[in-house]
Amino acid sequence: MTTPVAETVSYSLRINGERHEIRDAWIGESLLWVLRERLQLPGAKNACEQGECGSCSVRLDADLVCACLVLAAGVVDASIETIEGVTDGDANGSANGLSRVQQAFVDEGAVQCGFCTPGLVMAVHDLLDSNPQPTDLEVREAISGNLCRCTGYGRIFEAVRAAAAARAPRSDDNTGMRG
Amino acid sequence: MAPTDLEGVLRALDAEPESQLLAGGTDFMVEVNFGHRRPPSVISLRNVRSLRERRRSPTHLVLGAGVTYADLAADDVARDHPALTAAARTVGSPQIRNAGTLGGNVGTGSPAGDTLPVLAALDATIELTDTRGAQRSLSWEAFFVGPKRTARRPDEVITSVALPLLDGRQDYLKVGTRNAMVISVAGLALVVDATGRTVRCALGSVGPVPLRARAAEAWVRDQIDWDALRVDDPRTYETFADMVADAARPIDDHRSTAAYRRHAVRVMASRALARLL
Repeated sequence: MTTPVAETVSYSLRINGERHEIRDAWIGESLLWVLRERLQLPGAKNACEQGECGSCSVRLDADLVCACLVLAAGVVDASIETIEGVTDGDANGSANGLSRVQQAFVDEGAVQCGFCTPGLVMAVHDLLDSNPQPTDLEVREAISGNLCRCTGYGRIFEAVRAAAAARAPRSDDNTGMRG
Repeated sequence: MAPTDLEGVLRALDAEPESQLLAGGTDFMVEVNFGHRRPPSVISLRNVRSLRERRRSPTHLVLGAGVTYADLAADDVARDHPALTAAARTVGSPQIRNAGTLGGNVGTGSPAGDTLPVLAALDATIELTDTRGAQRSLSWEAFFVGPKRTARRPDEVITSVALPLLDGRQDYLKVGTRNAMVISVAGLALVVDATGRTVRCALGSVGPVPLRARAAEAWVRDQIDWDALRVDDPRTYETFADMVADAARPIDDHRSTAAYRRHAVRVMASRALARLL
């Protein structure tokens, strides 16, 4: 259909625990577009717009998804977590406000141009939250939807190992709690 | 619009028949993002809890249309229909598998849909409900009518897929340019029904709709020692593979060539039969 249709809707989204109002938006806008262009949350990156690259990875009701493939107006009841929320929300991270996963990416040199990094960090958080000590194969599968054209992935695998170790309970801690 | 039950979906569709039904968005949102589609209205199925249900009757596994590829990796699905779990695991990436649904794969009806050959091999039925509440069940053969064309009417919603329970091994094999995030160049589902003493083989991405290799199926069932569940003559694998390749109707396109697809089908058929019997 080529006829322009000016269907607009107003709704609110719950992002990183806060309600955001969206007014008079075109019904076909993706969550990625709304995050970046309407809400000034540019952490999720816009590259392929077809779910191939993972640069826009967010969590939707705790599931890792590509924000470019989510119809924003269709997820008004969902809990949305973006890279901005990961930074602010991990109180056990390092002193500079980075989460342990982000700090591991910095320490291990897993960031070159940085474009894929927010999506990868979201994918690694998602992995380690459900599987704190993943095997190499599980790491590969978990980040298989995130393309990086700089690093060759070696440093990223190192960062995931370092992040898993940093989040693991210390040997003198018998409670099994982790940050 | 995001109704929370099927009745709400049907009411919304009745009120605005031009509405696009939206499941996981992994097909539809790509078209919207690239400006190929501008839907006048959208009915999101995401909040319809009943569509996420998995039910097991004595004879069937019934999967709600909103079951995601990630859900298809669950133990109960893998135990009953390991080929479906295997196919779901080849789809996209974790992000895509968390969003994309069985009903979406069926409703889009792409020849490359990874669950489609499995549904064909299992003789699945597709269950639909229309805006007047009337239900109908269609065999997969009646449902898939062409590339991205199905027998679903605009006033119907796909509610579930019913898969007969079988006793026997299954597998799904797929060829693509890499392991992750790849659309199938060719796919093959092989299912053994040890009780009914049949083998079912279905192909994806090598025809306008999923195809069954019926001649190969009919021939190979007489080559099997059904009491031992094994193939005695090793030449059986190659003959079966040739017959399955004959059933393919591949084309040249941007993803591969017809000749390569037929070759891939032949290799997968031999390999799958050797894995199962």
